[in-house]
Amino acid sequence: MTITDETIEYVGILAKLELSEEEKEQAKKDMSDMLAYVGKLNELDTDGVEPMSHTFDVHNVFREDIVTNGDDRDNMILNAPESKDGCYQVPKTFD
Amino acid sequence: MDLMSLTAVELGKKIASGEVTSVEATKAALDRMEQLEKEYNSFVTIDREAALAQAEEVQKKIDAGELSGPLAGVPVAIKDNMCINGMLTTCSSKILSNFKPTFTAEAVIQLQKAGAVIVGKTNMDEFAMGSTTETSYYGATKNPWDTNRVPGGSSGGSAAAVAAEEVPYALGSDTGGSIRQPAAFCGVTGIKPTYGRVSRYGLIAYGSSLDQIGPLAKDVTDCATVLEIISTHDSKDSTSVDRADTDFTSALVDDVKGMKIGIPRDYFGEGIDPDVKEQVLAAAKTLEEKGAIVEEFDLSLVEYAIPAYYIIASAEASSNLERFDGVKYGYRTAEYTDLHNMYKKTRSEGFGPEVKRRIMLGSFVLSSGYYDAYYIKALRTKALIKQAFDKAFEKYDVILGPVAPTTALKIGESLSDPLKMYLGDIYTVSVNLAGLPGISLPCGFDRDGMPVGMQLLAKPFDEKTIIRAAYAFEQSRGYKRPTALTERGL
Repeated sequence: MTITDETIEYVGILAKLELSEEEKEQAKKDMSDMLAYVGKLNELDTDGVEPMSHTFDVHNVFREDIVTNGDDRDNMILNAPESKDGCYQVPKTFD
Repeated sequence: MDLMSLTAVELGKKIASGEVTSVEATKAALDRMEQLEKEYNSFVTIDREAALAQAEEVQKKIDAGELSGPLAGVPVAIKDNMCINGMLTTCSSKILSNFKPTFTAEAVIQLQKAGAVIVGKTNMDEFAMGSTTETSYYGATKNPWDTNRVPGGSSGGSAAAVAAEEVPYALGSDTGGSIRQPAAFCGVTGIKPTYGRVSRYGLIAYGSSLDQIGPLAKDVTDCATVLEIISTHDSKDSTSVDRADTDFTSALVDDVKGMKIGIPRDYFGEGIDPDVKEQVLAAAKTLEEKGAIVEEFDLSLVEYAIPAYYIIASAEASSNLERFDGVKYGYRTAEYTDLHNMYKKTRSEGFGPEVKRRIMLGSFVLSSGYYDAYYIKALRTKALIKQAFDKAFEKYDVILGPVAPTTALKIGESLSDPLKMYLGDIYTVSVNLAGLPGISLPCGFDRDGMPVGMQLLAKPFDEKTIIRAAYAFEQSRGYKRPTALTERGL
């Protein structure tokens, strides 16, 4: 399938990426090539085949909700680009 | 005596017997890294002081009899996508260029308990996305056999560090071949365990349903020894399995009599280098001469593995990499107007082209209107690929084939054409889709003297059978260090 400017814009919103004009042109080409290639799967008849997300049986594992790790806030916050009063700081989101 | 030319287990024996101390072994590794790193660039981070302090601690415990075991005191390198408390962990990306985790990956904890000394974090393709280690933000790693060539990827730094004898062994991770292919390109041995064998806790996720941690080392004995240590049941990883059959070193037996080995005919068609084909088939012959029953068969569906893999892996990557947003850790863009603009600019400046390409593709195949046609179609294909393997393993104990269609490529050769790079993963990705264990080990050389790797696969949780087959093959061959090292007196 051909990838239009609108599709690239839309995917950019989903992916939270801001592409330059040059990057957009490249992305259009790369994605068209890749989708043409993966379109090969349409040769396969998969009617009635269950989609498989895990290769072996997985089941829910339950345990008591007991906290075992300590409070590591001060260490964790050290990795934040910006923090204030032990909290992550982000740009103003509303006025 | 050159300590770094020893295998991890050989070095561990010398430390256990008191002939060498852990500090001496660690110094030998660090000195060699200092000597070779400018050329090979196998590492993103080297922490000399921390490594020597660890070695002293470990040596004290060895002296006090508190720590024994085959790898106590032996230095190791860890791929830079595994978190280590307080140590820079970048995933070879700009977006994590300043990230110091507050916890340690479970597989690394297991090694530390066994007395491993961590000397550094190895280079990789950014977020493990690539097959050459060229997509690293910190520059490409060079292949110790020929510095004009790539070491493979994404665990290229780990494979090159082992081949160059900077460390006796290393941990890597494998999502679509990222342990096995660099092992083959660098002439070393690597194991991708069955999905669920090794905890993924602390491994920075790329494709969560495919990722597994595993060892890279000079020989099968080292790999089995490391795997035995890192295979644990971990309640912090919901896909971790609880199994008792982790005594992998018990499978180091030189006996393949009666072992049924199948060679997929469809692995040797179009696109495979004639030298790779010849060497891999010669290796099969060797196993046959040792008593294995070797037969060709049609695996089927081989050409559908790469399309299914890139849809599934990219979809999972687009979701997993949402967390890198400039808020909790890592890089944040310098100037922004509002929250969304900050997210977008941070991610656009922080991720490299290959990562962006896969996030875009993943976002697309998961988007409404395309989800069924691409993502669900790929999951159905995955089910068929798994069935094809199940059928093969009804008849065979082991599947033998090449690791990659070629030997190591020249640097720069595949970056311009991503699709071409993806096609090199044809023999490795299906193993992750089906959750199988695989071992990659050197089996010969091509016309240019570059190492050729062979891959042995078994049914889920049957690592022991491929360890036995690989060990038996290795007895007829032995380890060959890069000729370039010998020629240059390194």
